[in-house]
Amino acid sequence: MLELKNISFSAENEDGTTKAILKDISLSVDENRFIVVTGPNGSGKSTLAKLIMGIIKPTSGRILLDGEDITELDVTERARRGISFAFQQPVRFKGVDVLDLMRMAAGQQLTAADACKYLSSVGLCAKDYIKREVNTSLSGGEIKRIEIATVLARGTKLSIFDEPEAGIDLWSFKNLIEVFESMRSSIHGTIIVISHQERILDIADEIILLSNQGIAKKGTKDEILPELLGTSAAVNMCTGNTDR
Amino acid sequence: MLDNISKRILEEVADLHSVPEGAYNIRVNGKSESRNTTANIDITSKEDKSGIDIRIKDGTKKESVHIPVVVSASGLKETVYNDFYIGEDCDVVIVAGCGIDNCGSQDAQHDGVHRFFIGKNSKIKYVEKHYGQGDGTGKRILNPVTELYLEEGAEATLEMVQIKGVDSTDRKTIAKLDKNAKLVVRERLMTHGDQYAVSAYEVELNGEGSGTDVVSRSVARDNSFQKFDSKIIGNTVCNGHTECDAIIMDNARILAVPGLEANSLEAELIHEAAIGKIAGEQLTKLMTLGLTEAEAEEAIINGFLK
Repeated sequence: MLELKNISFSAENEDGTTKAILKDISLSVDENRFIVVTGPNGSGKSTLAKLIMGIIKPTSGRILLDGEDITELDVTERARRGISFAFQQPVRFKGVDVLDLMRMAAGQQLTAADACKYLSSVGLCAKDYIKREVNTSLSGGEIKRIEIATVLARGTKLSIFDEPEAGIDLWSFKNLIEVFESMRSSIHGTIIVISHQERILDIADEIILLSNQGIAKKGTKDEILPELLGTSAAVNMCTGNTDR
Repeated sequence: MLDNISKRILEEVADLHSVPEGAYNIRVNGKSESRNTTANIDITSKEDKSGIDIRIKDGTKKESVHIPVVVSASGLKETVYNDFYIGEDCDVVIVAGCGIDNCGSQDAQHDGVHRFFIGKNSKIKYVEKHYGQGDGTGKRILNPVTELYLEEGAEATLEMVQIKGVDSTDRKTIAKLDKNAKLVVRERLMTHGDQYAVSAYEVELNGEGSGTDVVSRSVARDNSFQKFDSKIIGNTVCNGHTECDAIIMDNARILAVPGLEANSLEAELIHEAAIGKIAGEQLTKLMTLGLTEAEAEEAIINGFLK
């Protein structure tokens, strides 16, 4: 359903020179798959996620969704074609409450009861949160879970999570994994997760290891996980380092 | 009978879909269109100048007064003096507001001068909405003056809203607070086109234990100009906070002048002011939910001014 063809991305340094972040990435992702993208800090994982959502545009290469070339489409058009994105560091809005945000996500007149269902599934006591403003009064963990709930409410065929585990220290990984599992059964969509967490890697159908601006390895967790041990990515996993 | 333009304006400025319950005075094009008084709330016309006196008896609770104004005649300019005498131990809601429909080429202007004398331990909520419509070239001008005198233990909450259609406004609000009196102001303002809006507050905290919180949230679009000038004067043991939070867009300009004057060692005064454009990440987040950039912008502004 998602195809990346020879994707490269370069960023401009402060001195005007360019630095390659990703080089010639080609990748094909099937329907209803759970993919985890991992790799050492600075390997371009978040960049790859943002390229798929259209937040940044590739320097070269094409992106296809269900056979349609979406490379030139903006974020809105990609969202409407069925891509969702949970940010690593969710943005805050003064005055916009959680229910407003959930309704924008669901794209319809979402009932408060349905919004509560999504909030409950990310471990938030819904009635305490539905009218809370999505502002700085929310903790990092709370806003992160609300971010995940917005993606659940959209229920699209492709959902991308950029380091969903970062900042949810008060909420167990077990619950996060349950969210992913229930998403798979209810939405039947493909989920791409950027993560260092072994427990998330452990539920992947497929793991993609990024390194040196490219795909170093790709395969099932049984193929990839043992090989990961001894790499810097594994060290990051153990120490909980993330490339924020 | 009210015409359709007046009905539409009354909906905008006073949320009125029919004749309100309780006391009211509806003013249309310089004349009192209809009026109702209750056992506890009396409304009388001033004899020496244009305007009304509203007298609320001691102990009046859970009652409301609506005094909306409609100006739909191009070229009409008026200054109206309304005085509220609120007794002791009251708890009332006062809804004012003015809407101008100007389809003509001459300016239409309403300057409302409102004075509130709030008795001991009384609570009031005062809602004032301003709204303009009409496609004439004449300007829609509103210059309200609000004066509040709060006796011991009195509390006033002011909700001042001007979201659309007023070309020029120069708002002045002054308040003097006695012992343990409280004043809360929530102002919401949006300007567009070539509009000009000035809002100035001067709150004197004269009584021990008095306090105020004056907060403005505003959005300035197109070529509009806004000035928020809020001054709190602390003369005794008191606390005051004023905040201006503004979103600036297009070629608009915003001037925020928060001012604090402490004339007592025991005065605790704080001001905050922030002006900034809509953050790119906010737009991106809402676009990932399927909103266009313009829809995202509207959603952010609507939330901000809610």
